[in-house]
Amino acid sequence: MSIKFPPPGARHQEIALSSVTVPADDFPPLPAPTFGHRVAVWWMILKTSLGERLVYRGDFALGTLMRFLPIITQIFLWYAVFDSIGDPEGSSAAQIGGFGFRDMVAYYLLTMIARAFSSMPGLASGIAQQIREGEIKRFLIQPIDLIAFLLLTRIAHKLAYYAIAVAPFALVFFLARDYFVGGWPSLPVFLAFCGSLVMGFLIGFFLEAAIGMIGFWFLEVSSLLFVIMLFSFFLSGHMFPLTMLPESVLTVVNWLPFKYLAYFPAAIFLEKIPEEELAREMWIEAGWLVFFIILCRIAYARGVKRYSGFGG
Amino acid sequence: MEELLRYIRVFATFARNSLVRDMTFRLNFFLQCVSSLGWTAMNVGFYLIIFEHTGSIGEGTGWDRDRFFLFIATTWFINSLVQAFFMPNAQEFSEMIRTGGLDFALLKPIDTQFLISFRRVDWSQLSNFFAGGVIAAVSLWNLAHREVDPMVPSALSVVLYLVFVVCGIMIMYSVMITLSATSVWLGRNQSLYNFWFYITNFSRYPMEIYNRGYLGKPLFGLFTFVIPILLVVNVPARILADPLVAREDGAQWYVVWAAVMTVFSVLASRWLFRKSLLSYRSASS
Repeated sequence: MSIKFPPPGARHQEIALSSVTVPADDFPPLPAPTFGHRVAVWWMILKTSLGERLVYRGDFALGTLMRFLPIITQIFLWYAVFDSIGDPEGSSAAQIGGFGFRDMVAYYLLTMIARAFSSMPGLASGIAQQIREGEIKRFLIQPIDLIAFLLLTRIAHKLAYYAIAVAPFALVFFLARDYFVGGWPSLPVFLAFCGSLVMGFLIGFFLEAAIGMIGFWFLEVSSLLFVIMLFSFFLSGHMFPLTMLPESVLTVVNWLPFKYLAYFPAAIFLEKIPEEELAREMWIEAGWLVFFIILCRIAYARGVKRYSGFGG
Repeated sequence: MEELLRYIRVFATFARNSLVRDMTFRLNFFLQCVSSLGWTAMNVGFYLIIFEHTGSIGEGTGWDRDRFFLFIATTWFINSLVQAFFMPNAQEFSEMIRTGGLDFALLKPIDTQFLISFRRVDWSQLSNFFAGGVIAAVSLWNLAHREVDPMVPSALSVVLYLVFVVCGIMIMYSVMITLSATSVWLGRNQSLYNFWFYITNFSRYPMEIYNRGYLGKPLFGLFTFVIPILLVVNVPARILADPLVAREDGAQWYVVWAAVMTVFSVLASRWLFRKSLLSYRSASS
């Protein structure tokens, strides 16, 4: 794709910056930014962050492969668990929470994909740090929206990550293909799986961004963040399929948004969610997404009102 | 003897200084403790959920709920002690090699490996030691008071348990110092903590579960006989939870093997450490 440099939006940005110090009437009135300008700015942000991420690609690929190592332990652990309650394999295979031994391994592999979409390392703490150190002033002056900027850089990071991680992921899934007893799901289910991954990414983003906005009210959020991360790790289904939880706890957890970060996409792929309920579940997920977008926007607007920046 | 006393005094000073440092930021210290305990609680929750669905880990291994929680307590004892005493030092060692700060350690009139290994103590990690103590106490109580097959460990097994917990720590220490010594050749070893996580991940489950299949058997052999991390927790936990005397499957030989491997790995890591120092080229000025 060819793109002119500097993109048309960049000029607009420069002038807007300098207008802070230079009296505005020295310049002819600026044309209002068109949608084309915006797209150009977004493209520029995306491209820069993409380049930034691809610098450490070797380390990246190796790190991704290493991240699958704990799954080996999980395979042995679950084989031993299923072995002690009945047959781990075969036609009368034992089940825990609707998952057989092979399902369980497939589940852990799929949550790795789900987490690759929904985990946002450093997002909330990064926002809180920007607020604390006053870096956030930049976004109050420049005609760039903080949340849109963060979202774009995050998308770029994720794209760079997938571009490199696809090889180790493909290798591991190929080696572990026997664990997927059901094979590929039907096309509608697969599309729902893809949709839940994308929404999982967005929910993860807006949830963490909203938590980061707490930084406008409290200076130190790291401990609060840790508690939330702990809950999210446990209740997202990253450690075990949520259906293993006792009935009463499961009812509550089903109404929380954490399950969309890991459990839900994996359960869709393994067809553990009945097809007639799938559409309803997807709508609930979309509802949570809208909720977090609004929450994040309100928190940012309120926070900026409270915020006072000094110096420069 | 006098030399030994001198080393103990130096270590006491290190420990005191670290404590003073930790206590300077008390709230931070407190939060670190709370977060480690939160992590522990989550793991305990996970295992409790597993035992909601099964009676034991593995058919016929004897690792039922109470015994397995003794196993977890052992894991927690060993890991917390290693992370409190050696983890911060091993990380700093890698950093010293990169920055050339090792020069100052080499100049000091004390054994370099001692200085490198004991300089910092991360006191907050000891909160997990107490968490392990609580888990052990509860599971020992349950084990002694349950209807089916109650058990109280004998005095001998408690003594042996303590001995082999120490052996386990020494094996872990050797693995860690070996890993960090490799940064002399690699220049930098930032993924030390990751390696550490993956290795302890293998050692935290009963070794029997690995001993099957074309993937498991080589892993079992590698981590028992070459890099003996499977023995670290398994041997002491077996001694306490499931007396090894008069067993048919020859599991008691693992105890002997663990003792041999402790001596061997400490010596091997010491040799490798000295070897790595010879290859060290200062990075300063």
